[in-house]
Amino acid sequence: MLRARKLVPVIVAIAMLGAACGDDAPETTPQTTSSATVPSEVPSTEPTQTTETVETADVPQRIVSLSPSATEMLFAIGAGDQVLAVDAFSYFPPEAPVTELSGFQPNVEAIVGYDPDLVVLSDDIDDVVSGLQAAGITTMLMNAPVDIPGTYAQIEQLGEATGHTAEATDLVEQMQTTIDRLIASIPERETPLTYYHELDDQLYSVTSKTFIGEIYALAGLTNVADAADPDGAAGGYPQLSAEYLVDADPDLIFLADTVCCAQSAASLAARPGFDQLSAVKAGNVIELDDDIASRWGPRIVDFLETVVAATNAASAADTGTS
Amino acid sequence: MGAVAVDEQGLRVALPRGTRLETGWLVGGIAAALGAVVLGLWLGPVSIPPGRVMLELLDRLPVIDIDSGLSVSDRAIVWDLRAPRVVLGLLVGGLLAGSGAAYQGVFRNPLADPYLLGIAAGAGLGATLAIVSGVGDGIGVVDPVPLAAFVGALVAVAAAGMLGTRRGRSGTASTLILAGVAVASFLTAVQTYVQQRHAESLRQVYSWLLGRLSTSGWGEVGLLAPYAVACVVVLTLSVGALDVLAVGDDEAASLGMRPRRVRLVVLGAASLGAAAAVAVSGLIGFVGLIVPHVVRRLTGVSHRQVIPLSFLFGGAFLVLTDIAARTVQAPAELPIGVITAFIGAPFFLLILRRGSEA
Repeated sequence: MLRARKLVPVIVAIAMLGAACGDDAPETTPQTTSSATVPSEVPSTEPTQTTETVETADVPQRIVSLSPSATEMLFAIGAGDQVLAVDAFSYFPPEAPVTELSGFQPNVEAIVGYDPDLVVLSDDIDDVVSGLQAAGITTMLMNAPVDIPGTYAQIEQLGEATGHTAEATDLVEQMQTTIDRLIASIPERETPLTYYHELDDQLYSVTSKTFIGEIYALAGLTNVADAADPDGAAGGYPQLSAEYLVDADPDLIFLADTVCCAQSAASLAARPGFDQLSAVKAGNVIELDDDIASRWGPRIVDFLETVVAATNAASAADTGTS
Repeated sequence: MGAVAVDEQGLRVALPRGTRLETGWLVGGIAAALGAVVLGLWLGPVSIPPGRVMLELLDRLPVIDIDSGLSVSDRAIVWDLRAPRVVLGLLVGGLLAGSGAAYQGVFRNPLADPYLLGIAAGAGLGATLAIVSGVGDGIGVVDPVPLAAFVGALVAVAAAGMLGTRRGRSGTASTLILAGVAVASFLTAVQTYVQQRHAESLRQVYSWLLGRLSTSGWGEVGLLAPYAVACVVVLTLSVGALDVLAVGDDEAASLGMRPRRVRLVVLGAASLGAAAAVAVSGLIGFVGLIVPHVVRRLTGVSHRQVIPLSFLFGGAFLVLTDIAARTVQAPAELPIGVITAFIGAPFFLLILRRGSEA
């Protein structure tokens, strides 16, 4: 009766990885103007040292990024002025040259129309990589990494490819330092706090085996969704049963569906049976930015900071009362 | 019952066995529905002792006051999560199966189901538009998605009905079916286009399309109830006319019936019920196609049996499959549409083989 039932796990996984979606844009007109129209700016989140771009012939000057995470990395390492066009979901940082291009339904002709010398993608959908290579364009396929070192590796690869090796190394060091400092701020606990990370209002969640789950593990939290996908058959993205969630009663609830599905601490509390949850009663429902909580770029540090702050607050309240 | 029945005009019409609703089957159907409801309250990913659930049920009866010993969160699970879901399953399953039986009767086509005239495609488009436009997000008074799906479904059926029947002539059943197929394909194309243009809402749209018995409490039950009552009443009153229609348009007309009018009334009521069911639960396949066939195999072809028993057994079937959806991979959920086909298809084949051997 209905198409694509088998495709659903795949689609869910892709959508959850979050970033690489967008609109098809066959109408995009090729731009023949010169590159580097965007003045170089240092992104606010990660102050790097002054941009001293190495202008060699090999360094790409017309980069197209179809991956929102890669776009954030490129701008954070000071390669922003070499970026010519980014996909519709790469709207961070604000100065990124957003176009109608799509990483989710890539259109080789539309990409080639920009005459890029480097294309960065997160997924090889519809054989786009071989299509671009056939057109003689250098591509970097950077899949969603499985862990934080994977993010560091991608930042360094991009630094090398764009002539910003030093900035990339600095960025990684800064991220590592901040993450270490955040982890050190977490007080020791006898029993770890538990959490539930919500991807949408149908109770799709993540297990500890995912990149997102690893961030929470750094904060010393235990995931109530792990029981729902012990063997990873759901790709780490199971749909939880509501009554299980009420029974598991996590200490902390993180909503990563505040944008997609307009959820909030109030709408969560209004769901049937959810008013009984300890996290709701104690005010431990944290509204996340969907994007920050689904990309693997430099802002994972911001994500961890939010998680650690919530954990420490809940932990302090817990020991204060018991 | 004999092989010959006498209709309203006193004419003798040849009819196979089961021309009246047999008390045994009626009692059996009610028992199946009630049994499924009780099981639905007992079973779930969180194990709660059935005895305590029974005490809790008794406690809700007037006068009786028992302490069931359930914790606050267990009580919330039984009353806020399981109870509305079970009742919703009963209504949705009953409506899909009952209107499926009516569709099959009207079209005299074993492949007919409630989605034949574009209800699924229309509801899908309505829901997709509501989801991607984000109307009413966070307002919370009325969820716009079921409303949009309901309107979409009715618009689709009305379009198919108008395109498939020609003024002044009694449109044949097959032109109506073909119009329905065309309308459904067109709306599905629009729906797919809208969905692809809004990839960020893909997960929500798919989640809706797959069908689920929502966990948003009694709201959906309240939305569905009036349409359920209307559909059940009209279809139950139409069983005699459907039996006459079964012998063919010309024959029915020679018996003084107006086949077109009967078709309109029955299809209208069945579509209203199915559209309301789809609006609150998404597209749950198979129930509307298979349950009426199984009922027919077991009890006979008369609509006097098939329609009421399809309501009862359809409701019971969906409640039971939802128990499986909740528990098989607990604490994860499975899409209920997967279960309805997975359990239903082999069961149906079994019935089919036994029927042909007999």
